[in-house]
Amino acid sequence: MKTALFVTCLVDQLFPQVGEATVRLLERCGRQVEFPEAQTCCGQPASNMGYGDEARRLGRRMIEIFEPFDEVVTPSGSCASMVRVQLPELFEHDAEWRPRAQRLASKTLELTELLGQEGFEPGAVRFEARVTYHPSCHLLRELGGGGSPEALLAQVPGIELVELPDAEVCCGFGGAFSAKMPELSGAMLDAKLKAVEATGASVLTATDCGCLMHLGGAINRRQGVAINRRQSPLKVLHIAEILAHDGNLNEA
Amino acid sequence: MDVTSHRFAEKVRKAIADPQIQRALETAGPRFDLARRAAFSSFPEGEALRDLGRDIKARTLAELDQQLARLANSVERVGGEVHWASDAAEARRIVVDLAEGYGAKRVVKSKSMTTEEIGLNQALEGAGIETIETDLGEYIIQLAGEAPFHIIAPALHKSREEVTELFIEKLGSRRLESREELTQEARKILRDAFRGADLGITGVNFAVADTGTIAVVENEGNARLSTSLPKVHIAVMGMEKVIPDMSSLSVFLKILARSATGQKMSSYVSCITGPRRQDEEDGPEAFHLVILDNGRSRLLADPELREALRCIRCGACLNICPVYRHAGGHSYGWVYSGPIGAVITPSFVGREQASALPFASSLCGACRDVCPVRIDLPRMLLAQRRKIIADSDPACKEESSRMSSAQAAPAPSSRRAERLAMKLFTATMASPRRYRWAGAMLQLASRFFRRRGGWWRPPLITGWTQLRDVPEPARQSFRQRWASRAR
Ligand code: SF4
Repeated sequence: MKTALFVTCLVDQLFPQVGEATVRLLERCGRQVEFPEAQTCCGQPASNMGYGDEARRLGRRMIEIFEPFDEVVTPSGSCASMVRVQLPELFEHDAEWRPRAQRLASKTLELTELLGQEGFEPGAVRFEARVTYHPSCHLLRELGGGGSPEALLAQVPGIELVELPDAEVCCGFGGAFSAKMPELSGAMLDAKLKAVEATGASVLTATDCGCLMHLGGAINRRQGVAINRRQSPLKVLHIAEILAHDGNLNEA
Repeated sequence: MDVTSHRFAEKVRKAIADPQIQRALETAGPRFDLARRAAFSSFPEGEALRDLGRDIKARTLAELDQQLARLANSVERVGGEVHWASDAAEARRIVVDLAEGYGAKRVVKSKSMTTEEIGLNQALEGAGIETIETDLGEYIIQLAGEAPFHIIAPALHKSREEVTELFIEKLGSRRLESREELTQEARKILRDAFRGADLGITGVNFAVADTGTIAVVENEGNARLSTSLPKVHIAVMGMEKVIPDMSSLSVFLKILARSATGQKMSSYVSCITGPRRQDEEDGPEAFHLVILDNGRSRLLADPELREALRCIRCGACLNICPVYRHAGGHSYGWVYSGPIGAVITPSFVGREQASALPFASSLCGACRDVCPVRIDLPRMLLAQRRKIIADSDPACKEESSRMSSAQAAPAPSSRRAERLAMKLFTATMASPRRYRWAGAMLQLASRFFRRRGGWWRPPLITGWTQLRDVPEPARQSFRQRWASRAR
């Protein structure tokens, strides 16, 4: 079985430690991970902003790059849903590319889906923290919830998992929406952060770096500390970082 | 009705800054949604009925012309008269002509978003015919001169105090402090209004092609009075409201009430089949059905958007929508709001005019989950976005000129800048070399700003940096780390 990591452009440039954690998790599931270096972006920003041609152009690259693999795994529910749901739709009327898009869709998995499928069990290293989990919309609704990310988290020794009130309400990220409609996005962000604060958690986690960048960026801004996100009291971590952690979380 | 959809952003800012509106939205959305959830959780056949509702609507839309012809035949067979209106102006003319023909002095109205859509009240008033909304919420916004704030709860945004003041100002009533007193006062006025009314106008929730029956669903009983007391009843319906038969009606009644208010059944369902017959004791002497297109055939002809015509106007997608829950109904600038409003408004009023609406969504998909007829709202928002972008694409002239006249306006400069940015983004992402180079630039820029002590706030994305810090680009990207690991 040839497994490819689709790391996503966001993780590649801004959160490489999430990509590394993903690789460790995949290796613990017995995968030999390959990283096709031609990969960039799945085209979701273009597609969501209404630029169909641009999205198809990037979509065709995605399809070609990952065609040789049996399995494609990505640490993002949103990018996974772009590949699984939107790409086949974008090529709906294209006899050549539609089946190729569908083939890619059928072998692409979001990370927790694969972990759930493989019956992954977190290691013995303790993660002592009160953690709350925000389910990202695309994993939740486009992909049917992933591989029970909460159940995976609950197995981590030492963790105290607290339920996030109104967890299923969108955090207000929505890609370009967050920059295009800052008032609406900001109002949704406020509501989400209020809910997070109410849990008393010291760590907020999710399956998507987009949501986390939006929430974490606001947390930093509010604390007036314009520094690395790891030094703020409320930590924002991708679920892969928690599941793969080996006691060295504070070294990014 | 005036369209102000182009002022979406400004109106959203106002709504978010208005504590009363935010308070109203904060309670109403979750309350409606909870009721809906509870109603469906104790109704195991609900999911299957939703599928059935979707299928019936889809089939009916696929043969809409035949279904409408059947409906018209049936209505005429039972003694009613059918009028076809291709747009709002024609519909207004038909109704005003009818009202004048009957010598009507006072019209009572109930339960109709469609007449809001065509601006009927203003047209009737303009012809010197007193027009009174008889549902409490509609009556309140009529007094206030406002548009509906919500598909099924038009005055949702008004506080009790505001209604008190409104009644003092517009009706000269004494200071009525409690909800009950206000309702009593309105009821007194409205019951009197019914007595002197010569014409009743209602909307239509469902029109049964087989029998010519129209069904009006409500909780206050005013539609029932509007259709039985006055001598003449005019019902105005959007052409998508037709359903094939009575057994379909029972399906929709079950999912509509549960989705809208969480009720098992609405308090009143009036099924009206033609005017009063000889052996009947009450009902109007004449019955007219106005069937309105007003842009619906545009939706029907578009395979990407046709599905929006399945909508039964339950309001569930508004109640759950996190955008609606902050923007409120008036921001959308026309009659329909929330996700369904964002999807259909551009097709009704013109895409340029309403071009902000389909972008007012994080595409979270909550609306699709609750829609009783399973309209894929996020997918249609995306389709509208693509059309709006294509309209402003100089290379796509043909596509945009095919659209109606309303969209001819040139692309605003912000749209041109966005297009340029998108082209640049795509070109970068389409080449690993350019992508790596852009990544290196990002790292350099951040190092530069870090050295100057300031946090990196790229000037081009102020919408982002107003509220949030930009994460620092990693000193080494994942692919750089991967390459050194491989070595
Ligand atoms: S789109 Fe669906 S949920 Fe929204 S009002 Fe129409 S029927 Fe109800």
